[in-house]
Amino acid sequence: MKSHYSDPVALQIVERRTFCVLVDNEPGVLARIAGMFSGRGYNIESLTVSETQHEEHLSRITIVTSGTPNVLDQIEAQLDRLVPVHRVVNLSAKSAIERELALVKVAQHGADRSEHRMEALRLATAFGAKTVDATLNSFIFELAGPSDDVERFINLMSAIGLVEVSRTGAAAIARGAAGLGDRASAESAA
Amino acid sequence: MNERMTGAEMVVRAFQDQDVAHIFGYPGGAVLPIYDALFQQNSIEHILVRHEQGAVHAAEGYARSSGKVGVVLVTSGPGATNAVTGLTDALMDSIPLVCITGQVPTYLIGSDAFQECDTVGITRHCTKHNYLVKRIEDLPRILHEAFLVAKSGRPGPVVVDIPKDIQFATGDYTGKDTIVHKSYRPRVEGDVAKIEAAVAMMARAKKPVFYTGGGIINAGPEASALLRELARLTGFPVTSTLMGLGAYPANDPQWLGMLGMHGTYEANMAMHGCDVLINLGARFDDRITGRLDGFAPHSLRGRTPEAGRIHVDIDPSSLNKTVRVDIGIVGDAKNVLREMLRLWKEKAPQPNGEALKGWWKEINTWRARNSLSYEQAGPIIKPQYAIERLYALTKDRDTYITTEVGQHQMWAAQHFHFDEPNRWMTSGGLGTMGYGLPAAIGVQKAHKDALVIDIAGEASILMNMQEMSTAAQYRLPVKVFILNNEYMGMVRQWQELLHGGRYSESYSAALPDFVKLAEAYHAHGIRCDDPEKLDAAIMEMIDYPGPVIFDCLVAKEENCFPMIPSGKAHNEMILPDFKGKTSDIIDARGKQLV
Repeated sequence: MKSHYSDPVALQIVERRTFCVLVDNEPGVLARIAGMFSGRGYNIESLTVSETQHEEHLSRITIVTSGTPNVLDQIEAQLDRLVPVHRVVNLSAKSAIERELALVKVAQHGADRSEHRMEALRLATAFGAKTVDATLNSFIFELAGPSDDVERFINLMSAIGLVEVSRTGAAAIARGAAGLGDRASAESAA
Repeated sequence: MNERMTGAEMVVRAFQDQDVAHIFGYPGGAVLPIYDALFQQNSIEHILVRHEQGAVHAAEGYARSSGKVGVVLVTSGPGATNAVTGLTDALMDSIPLVCITGQVPTYLIGSDAFQECDTVGITRHCTKHNYLVKRIEDLPRILHEAFLVAKSGRPGPVVVDIPKDIQFATGDYTGKDTIVHKSYRPRVEGDVAKIEAAVAMMARAKKPVFYTGGGIINAGPEASALLRELARLTGFPVTSTLMGLGAYPANDPQWLGMLGMHGTYEANMAMHGCDVLINLGARFDDRITGRLDGFAPHSLRGRTPEAGRIHVDIDPSSLNKTVRVDIGIVGDAKNVLREMLRLWKEKAPQPNGEALKGWWKEINTWRARNSLSYEQAGPIIKPQYAIERLYALTKDRDTYITTEVGQHQMWAAQHFHFDEPNRWMTSGGLGTMGYGLPAAIGVQKAHKDALVIDIAGEASILMNMQEMSTAAQYRLPVKVFILNNEYMGMVRQWQELLHGGRYSESYSAALPDFVKLAEAYHAHGIRCDDPEKLDAAIMEMIDYPGPVIFDCLVAKEENCFPMIPSGKAHNEMILPDFKGKTSDIIDARGKQLV
């Protein structure tokens, strides 16, 4: 609980939570969401956004954030009160699939070059990463998977010539047949 | 059906369709087409302020006293940035406003053009919502959406930024009835099962208290009427935040006075001692709760079989934000109160009469401490006495009060008593010095025959003094009643409490002669420093048919008590009869707090 008079007794554990937010794809909507987080002092661990329903101009934003359960509930409520937000879903509370994409560039120089190249390829195979670019002394791997896997893959690569990484942040979707829909369609269905 | 017109004409037309009668503004290069459209019609009156901040506060005063949406029109760049304080004020206090800002033409946006600023970027954090209109096709929808968003749900300010080329462009106008917002669906009906649970909890209570807020005022006069009925039916005591004053009549025996930092002893002790806390349209602000781990401890669930907390708020993010509650009801206060009343009547519960009687007995012993007492002795006017006399001499009139921010504001809240909603306009959340005079102008515009008084401090009033010129131009007979103690009194008080009485920069040096200043603004000036002559001077102010500045010279180092010192709980108040050293009251941790 954040206040001038914060409550030291109620210590809570910081958790990670993934929110899926369906918004009108209008100018400034991303700034509105990012600004709400920065303005209220919340964390964003990753944020991905793309228009997913072109006809209705709806974008789907996946936000991974962390905080105490109180703060996370407050984040959900604050997201939900933004005018262009159609729906906020706490995906951590449901059974959900979370994936992120990483492009990982490694380069090999010096005496261990060929050994490192072999090892890089072996690890890529083990993680199911695709080799999307290769030169005589470098590879670019494409890996899609849970953020933890991506993190481990990158850590391993750092021992054998990691140059740079580009990551998308998590995209998430709930398991099962039901869709996220939006508030309007949920209302008309009800 | 659709009519062709220019963007500027659409703005005026949308105002007319939204039943806007008055707008507050200041012209400039980027809104000239809209001013031209205003010039060519007669149904909307434009009030020319002297600073854009004044326009927004005037619109706030207008909105709060009338229940309508306040409308502001300002130009790009400095026009918009000057409006920011007012917009933030309206956001914090949930006041419905629509603010139209001019913008440089679309093709110049981003070029650092003359009087360009990123208005939607700057105001994103201080509005409920804002829009930059990039196509004339979107303009009518956005204008009507702006009114819908401003006044529905938890009200707030909405900015519509309109580039100059859009104002000149021609398009089809559509009326307000065609607007269906894509995503915005405020929840206004409370969950019946939860209301039922709340009524059951209330029925079991031994020491209940209604803690009401600005949400009752915002829900309209009907909500106040329903609150009165519910209080009468249950017999529970009622306290209110600064924002909610007037929703429950101050002359009623069940009224405990305001609660919080400068609330009454009985209100705060009732909060501390209550077993069932019923929050209606308030938000557990830090000025109200004091130290959270000492807040209303007996209402913690499980403390007694009866104990529990109920919170009714139209904004879901207010629930469990700072104080955990057991029953959180999202909905408009009016609807929830209506349902509570219906259920209470239907179930006709038998509250624990014996326990309630004991509770009132306890409350009456706290009341007997007479926590608002002060001593008016000697030749110097006590500020509390000035407010008390002002109240006594105006209570039988159609009176509206606005304030600036500081000690005078708290004294007004304590010693001026409100029996009706929408009569009290003050900057609560943001605490904006300079709010009161422009707000009074807005109130007077909405209630032309009423007596509108800005209770001010000599420091605050200088922040928007230029608006006296607006009062003069429109012959608005607002009365500015200055409690002049030659200090930024609340700053001085905190310096006394926290910083060893080192009054760093809080002395109001080189003050203007307020009587001469009044005359310079074509108003009437009155000065009074004698308690014996105060009544006559106040009557002179009331009877004067035009604007008045009343310079009331009061005791210089009077502290505003009672007070919950920062970092303390409701049962740790300083009362007016405190005899110790004021510098010892607040500990190191409390000093960090605002």
